[in-house]
Amino acid sequence: MASFIVLVIFLILAITAPWISPMNPYDSHNIDIMNSEIPPMWMEGGSPEFILGTDNMGRDMLSTMFYGLRTSIIIGIGAVSLQAFIGIVLGLSAGYMGGKTDAILMRIADIQFSFPYLMVAIFIGAVFQLLFGVGSYERLAIPLLTLIIGLSNWPMFARTIRASVMGEKNKEYVEAARVIGLPRFTIMFRHVLPNSLTSVMVIFTIQVASAIQSEAALSFLGLGMPVTRPSLGSLIRAGQEYIFSGSWWITIFPGLWLVVFVLVINLLGDWLRDVLNPKLYKG
Amino acid sequence: MFAFIIRRIIQAVVVMMVISLVGFSIKSKIGDPVRDLVGERVTPEERAQIADKMGLNDPFLIQYTRFVKQALKGDLGRSFIYNKPALEVIVRHAPATLELLIGTALIIIFVSLPLGIQSALQPRSLLSRFTMSFSTLGVSMPVFLTAILLIYLFAVNLQILPSYGRGETVDLFGNGYWKTGFLTHDGRMHLILPCLSLSSIMLPLFIRLIRSEMMEVLETEYIKYAWAKGLSPARIWMVHAFKNTLLPVITVFGVQMGITFAFTILTELVFQWQGMGFIFLEAVERSDISLLIAYLVVVAGVFVLVNTVVDIIYGFINPTIRIAGTR
Repeated sequence: MASFIVLVIFLILAITAPWISPMNPYDSHNIDIMNSEIPPMWMEGGSPEFILGTDNMGRDMLSTMFYGLRTSIIIGIGAVSLQAFIGIVLGLSAGYMGGKTDAILMRIADIQFSFPYLMVAIFIGAVFQLLFGVGSYERLAIPLLTLIIGLSNWPMFARTIRASVMGEKNKEYVEAARVIGLPRFTIMFRHVLPNSLTSVMVIFTIQVASAIQSEAALSFLGLGMPVTRPSLGSLIRAGQEYIFSGSWWITIFPGLWLVVFVLVINLLGDWLRDVLNPKLYKG
Repeated sequence: MFAFIIRRIIQAVVVMMVISLVGFSIKSKIGDPVRDLVGERVTPEERAQIADKMGLNDPFLIQYTRFVKQALKGDLGRSFIYNKPALEVIVRHAPATLELLIGTALIIIFVSLPLGIQSALQPRSLLSRFTMSFSTLGVSMPVFLTAILLIYLFAVNLQILPSYGRGETVDLFGNGYWKTGFLTHDGRMHLILPCLSLSSIMLPLFIRLIRSEMMEVLETEYIKYAWAKGLSPARIWMVHAFKNTLLPVITVFGVQMGITFAFTILTELVFQWQGMGFIFLEAVERSDISLLIAYLVVVAGVFVLVNTVVDIIYGFINPTIRIAGTR
């Protein structure tokens, strides 16, 4: 329950970022390079104007973290929605139609599943970056990242939904719907799908956590959000080299911020899984 | 069984064909083989001539067939940043990555086994509670952050371990291909931090897995029987229970090492480790398409090969898999 409250706080911070952050890190008028690498307030040389200090470009850490969280959440939820959409359409078709459709779709899912999804995401990201050029890639970063992470991890949903559709499709209500002559499409989406959605809910939360981590990883590799519009991953990337000069806060604060956020989602996901599906629970 | 093996091999070949087709499409769309060969200081006329001679104006299918034929001979194009055949660049950097994976596997085995068994035998002890909560935290920690924290702690603050590179290496076979860091003190010191960060992602998973498998086994009838026979606890735990925990753990271990491979890209970037992931990022940054595609083909090839072999071995062990694949 505590994790739920913390998650709500995180979400509120992300949504209200433009109003509550001390400064707008996207606006270059607010940024003064003379303010760069100021340590957090409580350390020597810190100033109360910048509670958690500033980064190498003179931006307030706290504000960049609020805005970064916002970007990470937008991409994370967007990407998982895309994964769920592809997964539901394909998994539902495979599970309900069976036969050749099932064999082909699930083979494709199996094959993609045999490669680590992070690897797939990194590769698609690399190709997109070369295809669009670094400039336009950075402009389109949010939709592109959503697409990349969405494409890289859909088999998880497809498999889950297929398994529960297989269980549902021979029940009496589906039989009844078939007997009164409803079209297949209607039965699939109006009757079977709503009853198979619990399993999607169970993995949705965990998938958001992993999508946010993928986004951070891509941004850290330089295949994600540019430093001018940072997500948490690109903040960590930007601050990485400054730990050698002792300015640890540039990278450690966004890092811890990301860890706590992902940890909270994971805890919530574990809890949801236990509540919605006690049978799945194991150690 | 024979039909199963054939089917599995055909599938592997089809996957490789699809991957090479994807790779080749990318290459023909954004690659520039003329530049790869002669660099950028040639006139447009000379370029056109070379392009014609290299057959770059041929139909797509002919070019693709040529690409596959050359790939089968081990020619995956030339990397212009290294000015060497792309495959050779990858092969030369592979041992560095492999050593990271070996080091990581060693850490996982020697840490997760004792901790997992301990927390299964005494689930309420302080140590196992600490292990379990720590492993929840570990799952949520991105590997690059672990790496940065480790560098900050051990290299910047305490200054007891090096922060980047491979250190002193020894040429293993005397032909310059496999330079190992395991044989020198300096090389081993350089391995510690990258391997620690890599193993941090998998450790929580393995400790949990070993714990839950072991606890399940401990509840079975034959363990109760062993207790009733009056065997010593050590023998029941280590010989009877542990041996049967091992099979699922080994299975997952194989899969997870594949996933760990994806994370080496991140680790190699943080530690400036000259492995395959590092040259991949270099290829992306400087748009060396040939190297990028060679990387795709090699990595996909290794994955497909390993998966196929594992599946076939499973087919021998567990006959139900052979039937499930038929449909």
